[in-house]
Amino acid sequence: MEKSSRRGFMGKLFGFTAAVGAGGSLIAMKQSWDPLPSVKAAGFTTVDTASFVENALVVEKWRGKPIFILKKTADMVSKQSAEQTSRDVIVDGAHYMIAIGLCTHLGCIPAYADKLEKFQCACHGGEFDTSGIDIKSPPPSPLVIPPFKVSGKTLMLGEEGPEYLKMKEAGILA
Amino acid sequence: MAHFTKATSVKDWLNQRLAIEKVEKVMASEYWIPKNINFLWAMGMVLAITFGLLLVSGIFLLMYYQPNVETAFDSVNYTIMQEVGFGWLWRHVHAVAASVVFLIIYIHMLTGIYYGSYKKGREMIWISGMLLFVAFSAEAFSGYMLPWGQMSYWAGMVITNLFSAGSLELNGVVEWIRGDYVPGQAFLNRFFMLHVLLVPLAILALIGVHFAALRIPHVNNQDGDEIDFPAEAEKYLAGDTKNSKVIRFANDFMSKDMFVVAVFLVFFFYLVFWNYGFAMDPVNFDPADGLKTPAHIYPEWYFLWSYEILRPFSKDIGLIWFAFAQVIFVLLPFLDRSPNVKSANKRGLFGIWFWALVADLVVLTAMGKLPPMGIFSTIGYIAAVVFIGLWVALPFVTMTEKKV
Repeated sequence: MEKSSRRGFMGKLFGFTAAVGAGGSLIAMKQSWDPLPSVKAAGFTTVDTASFVENALVVEKWRGKPIFILKKTADMVSKQSAEQTSRDVIVDGAHYMIAIGLCTHLGCIPAYADKLEKFQCACHGGEFDTSGIDIKSPPPSPLVIPPFKVSGKTLMLGEEGPEYLKMKEAGILA
Repeated sequence: MAHFTKATSVKDWLNQRLAIEKVEKVMASEYWIPKNINFLWAMGMVLAITFGLLLVSGIFLLMYYQPNVETAFDSVNYTIMQEVGFGWLWRHVHAVAASVVFLIIYIHMLTGIYYGSYKKGREMIWISGMLLFVAFSAEAFSGYMLPWGQMSYWAGMVITNLFSAGSLELNGVVEWIRGDYVPGQAFLNRFFMLHVLLVPLAILALIGVHFAALRIPHVNNQDGDEIDFPAEAEKYLAGDTKNSKVIRFANDFMSKDMFVVAVFLVFFFYLVFWNYGFAMDPVNFDPADGLKTPAHIYPEWYFLWSYEILRPFSKDIGLIWFAFAQVIFVLLPFLDRSPNVKSANKRGLFGIWFWALVADLVVLTAMGKLPPMGIFSTIGYIAAVVFIGLWVALPFVTMTEKKV
């Protein structure tokens, strides 16, 4: 009886040690799968808007995704609705559309038709206006606005600036 | 210490140390197989051989493949296809076998369902088999990433996105799986590891469990007869082979098994040499480009049926039914409430259920390939609803079944 309780004790001791080891290794395994610091550091893209031309789409790459940046003409800004204006990003006094350039239907990349002033998707015929709002189905929602921060004439993609947070609160990001 | 004597032969020497005669008996010559079976019982061996083909061709591909986003595409499409002697053979064997293995898995599964081979003590055979199906799916998906073409990249993007669980927006989980915001170097490297080591290890272990699960209940037979294996084996060993209901696994059963394998291999190598195109999507011959989506993204044919269950619904509902379709087959032994181990054609309503399921899977597969527009989208939607309905109805269909 004494013998078996001693074995029981040793068994429990082993179980405890094994549990600590297993728990520790799980933490290590989880973190080994995390994105590397270098990958995370590359998750920010800085864009200088100084050279931007009105009504000419610029496609930047951020976290492997295409980012549409469109400097709007004064004519576009004056004609657009309040809903459209609410999605504008103001950099150095000029209105910009900033959005992830992936159709919200199935992730294709729409093309910009500068004469028609709208985005057209070749995959399933979806269309978006110059504020990224869906104007022709199948896309179910507007283009997504990525996190951004404005400082002077530069845009930092990936960082949540005050303008971005304001949009987020107003619920116009998606 | 055990007592050893001077060996009279090499066989005797090994026998004293490894008991090879005993092992041979347990594993082969006195492992008993019922007589009343047909060619469909050879699918397990066909699968084992196909897995062997995948392993051997994979070993040769592994010697030249480079898991690097810059060089992966060329290491497959240039080095292996053009420079390596017979490199094209390994690649085509690997691609065709990866596709055909699913055809055989589906035949193997449907055979099991048709003859009720998942019931009365055979539940673990079914469950381990379904786990193998999951492991093979993971193996197929991870392997599909490796050539790093457009379909590799975008399939990787879409499938890993599923883990964000729709409106729950668990983007952190998706980024964790990828090791990046989008499929990149970390993603390619870890899926390479999964494809060549972790998942194959799991498959080998599961094959072990699958075979072990067969030993006690034994393989089912065409009539669902409950055979007294020890008694029948005794009859066989006593020389009454004619009246015994069983035969030896080797060489008796194996001889027919390998005949079916030979027929299969003729068909298989016909595909490898003359018709490998179906296993090589043309879109995947464009290198991966994160800034250009292919016009249509669709999975390989063997995933189309479950893809079609995801597609016709809204995002969240689609995901729920997709998850349902992935797990529901595992529960078959418990959803079938009838005690009958009989072929479906002798089980009344269940026979209709079985053929309705087969037809529905075919329709789902066909619609999954077509663009989701107009009438096809409606047919796909109906087929998806029918699939769910069939599984919900199964306990009721089988509960009312009379004992045969």
